[in-house]
Amino acid sequence: MTSAGRRSIIWRRRLDRAFEGVALAVLILALGALVALIWDIVADGASRVSWDFITSFPSRRPEQAGIWHALTGSIFLMVVTAVLAVPIGIGAAIYLEEYGGRRFLARLIELNITNLAAVPSIIYGLLGLAVFVRTLGMGRSVLAGASTLALLVLPVVILSTREALRAVPGSLREGSYALGATKWQTIWHQVLPVAFPGILTGLILALSRAVGETAPLITIGAVAFVAFVPDSLSSPFTVLPIQIFNWVSRPQTAFHVNAAGGIVVLVGLLMSMNAVAIWLRDRYQTRGLT
Amino acid sequence: MRWIEGIIEWGLFGCALLSVGTTVGIIVVLAVETFGFLREVPIADFLFGTEWTPLFANPSFGVLPLVLGTLLVSGIAMLVALPMGLLGAVYLSEYADDRVRRTVKPLLEILAGIPTVVYGYFALLFVTPLLQRLLPGLAGFNALSPGIVMGIMILPLVSSLSEDAMRGVPRGLREGSYALGATRMQTSLRVVVPAAFSGITAAFILAVSRAVGETMIVAIAAGQQPRLTANPLVPIETMTAYIVQVSLGDTPQGTLEYRTIFAVGSLLFLGTFGLNLVSAWLRDRYREEYA
Amino acid sequence: MSASARASLASLGALASGRSVGVAAPGLAAKIDVRALNFFYGTTRALEHVSLRIAPNLVTAFIGPSGCGKSTFLRTLNRMNDIIPGTRVEGQVLIDGIDIYGSDMDVVQLRRQVGMVFQKSNPFPKSIFENVAYGLRINGLAGSATDLADRVEESLIQAALWEEVKDRLHASALAMSGGQQQRLCIARALAVRPDILLMDEPASALDPIATQRIEELIYDLKKRYTIAIVTHNMQQAARVSDHTAFFWLGRLIEFDQTEKIFTAPTEKLTEDYVTGRFG
Repeated sequence: MTSAGRRSIIWRRRLDRAFEGVALAVLILALGALVALIWDIVADGASRVSWDFITSFPSRRPEQAGIWHALTGSIFLMVVTAVLAVPIGIGAAIYLEEYGGRRFLARLIELNITNLAAVPSIIYGLLGLAVFVRTLGMGRSVLAGASTLALLVLPVVILSTREALRAVPGSLREGSYALGATKWQTIWHQVLPVAFPGILTGLILALSRAVGETAPLITIGAVAFVAFVPDSLSSPFTVLPIQIFNWVSRPQTAFHVNAAGGIVVLVGLLMSMNAVAIWLRDRYQTRGLT
Repeated sequence: MRWIEGIIEWGLFGCALLSVGTTVGIIVVLAVETFGFLREVPIADFLFGTEWTPLFANPSFGVLPLVLGTLLVSGIAMLVALPMGLLGAVYLSEYADDRVRRTVKPLLEILAGIPTVVYGYFALLFVTPLLQRLLPGLAGFNALSPGIVMGIMILPLVSSLSEDAMRGVPRGLREGSYALGATRMQTSLRVVVPAAFSGITAAFILAVSRAVGETMIVAIAAGQQPRLTANPLVPIETMTAYIVQVSLGDTPQGTLEYRTIFAVGSLLFLGTFGLNLVSAWLRDRYREEYA
Repeated sequence: MSASARASLASLGALASGRSVGVAAPGLAAKIDVRALNFFYGTTRALEHVSLRIAPNLVTAFIGPSGCGKSTFLRTLNRMNDIIPGTRVEGQVLIDGIDIYGSDMDVVQLRRQVGMVFQKSNPFPKSIFENVAYGLRINGLAGSATDLADRVEESLIQAALWEEVKDRLHASALAMSGGQQQRLCIARALAVRPDILLMDEPASALDPIATQRIEELIYDLKKRYTIAIVTHNMQQAARVSDHTAFFWLGRLIEFDQTEKIFTAPTEKLTEDYVTGRFG
């Protein structure tokens, strides 16, 4: 090898290692931002979180304000959203995966769902405002909010349920058909039980996304002046992210501290939901039996 | 009891059809209100006007300031997310060993799962003061801070989609390059990235679409002053933040002000829809090449 | 002229005219009567003009090189190919005189009557008991819980598995060995009391000892069932079957008593295959 060749190799190796360093540094920078974010919010807000904070209602005085109305609103809304989105989402996924096949209409629906998954969430808010709040006359109620969020998470539920269904081996279906089972019997007795952990995990992740949504709910009119626990489907409501948004938008620092406290509670709620999802997935995977 | 099977199939089909109903609903709602809007405001004024003051006594309905505001913030976000996301993807795909990948990827997923209102808080109360120390002329509301934070939020999306695209490149291509004595950097940048080009571009376009549609970060940290400018240091307003601003007020149905949010929403929908279509087309083309 | 000579002439003549032909063992009525069956995957023809008559309470083997269509043919007998989109059938398949591709045929009922065991055993991720009971439950075949338990036991005995599992009926089926799983799949198929049992290379994934047990089982089962078995193992076909059909490139080349196919086949192609000159 010529000395020029050897120099080229040494130079290229140095460049390579430098490049590797830069790429790694970029990743570390991104993760560092995550750390900064967590540290900043915990530093600002962790001290604010107390039983009082969680169970109080909003007040003009920041030290006395709490998130009870928003927390209960978030949980209530999430439950109603689940009730609406789960059967429709799973039903649609079963249809597309098990019945649809290569039919033209099924492919069109698939394409449509993929598009809907990428539509900005505020557009769903506009849809909810015009259809649920105004045309169907639900007003600014829990039902309108849950319907809007259900439409928002439906594509995610459908896509993740289809993944879970697709992971069920075809030999299981064949074995069932060969015994004289009908399509629905096969789905109900064999496919769904095996796909269930995956479906459940996908559901919880979709719902945890719904809990963090702010824009569509603001658009349908859920504002933070609701200082009570929503007690029915037609009751006005607010949610944690909106209360946080409201407090952040005020100039007083004390309200900012409240916002940080609210974020700590919100993130805590999300982390517990994700933890449950992961725990469920692991538990059902190791059992292996249906 | 076989007829029950038929009913079940129709019921499931109905569920699937609801998604079509959603798209139809979005299009109809946006179209109806936007046409109502355009009956009072000429479309040329709307699309090409340079002043957006719809809530004033003497209103102007030129949407360009909002569009420019959106593009400015999204542009800054892309300057952060695209190069960093791609570099991160190259590292994860070509350099990192399995253990590193298994620790880093979930952490990146966490970044993607944080509610946007949290990012908004971070932008307004941490990043803006920090930047103000470096750039004393920086206003409290500006485009730079939410732009950077949005970039960080979108980075995992770019990274994971680009990595998927790169992992789809057949090993044989890489091995051919290494066999000729190329370093990993040369192979990554000259062989893998070009081979995964459609997939990576699809990822980029999807990221832009995500940035354009993002609401809470800008609603909190970018301001409510629609302004025709490319200066990232002053307050602006994006299309999404405008919709939030009006929704927070009490605008009666059927008024022109009410219709403005749908007109702006139509623009937003068309823009992101177009971007999504291009991204999907690119992704399908890429899959055909390497399927 | 002897019957077999006449049969050979007939098959020669048919081959000359480009058609495959099958000969039923003389004197026995056919349990399955296949007439001029053509099978298509989309536009590709996988089976060409196959005619064949399978005798009851005997074992019929289908042999041939990879891709010759023997598995496809087996699956047309219980319409399992219906599940694959884009497939098309021309011709008739008569079981007990009824065309199973007729417009008013109930496929679910057909699959109860014609059971199937697959190449790779596919027990459900349930207990051993539930695997066998599944077919009974969904078809509504067992009256009471004791009735169900009796029939499960009966099937496991028939599949020569009862002694090994009777104390752990509620253990997971997935914890068994490959050979046991396959016998469980046989028990599962037998539970719905079919007339016909189709087996698609049932022992190809098993070790020699497990294979031997399956072959013994087949020999016992044929007293009560009509069995059709696809195998790529010619020695297995020779050991286990009474009649053998040789397929090649989607056509039925020769169909006769097993002994004759393996010692004095009529067609040169058959002779080349069984002596190992190709495939």
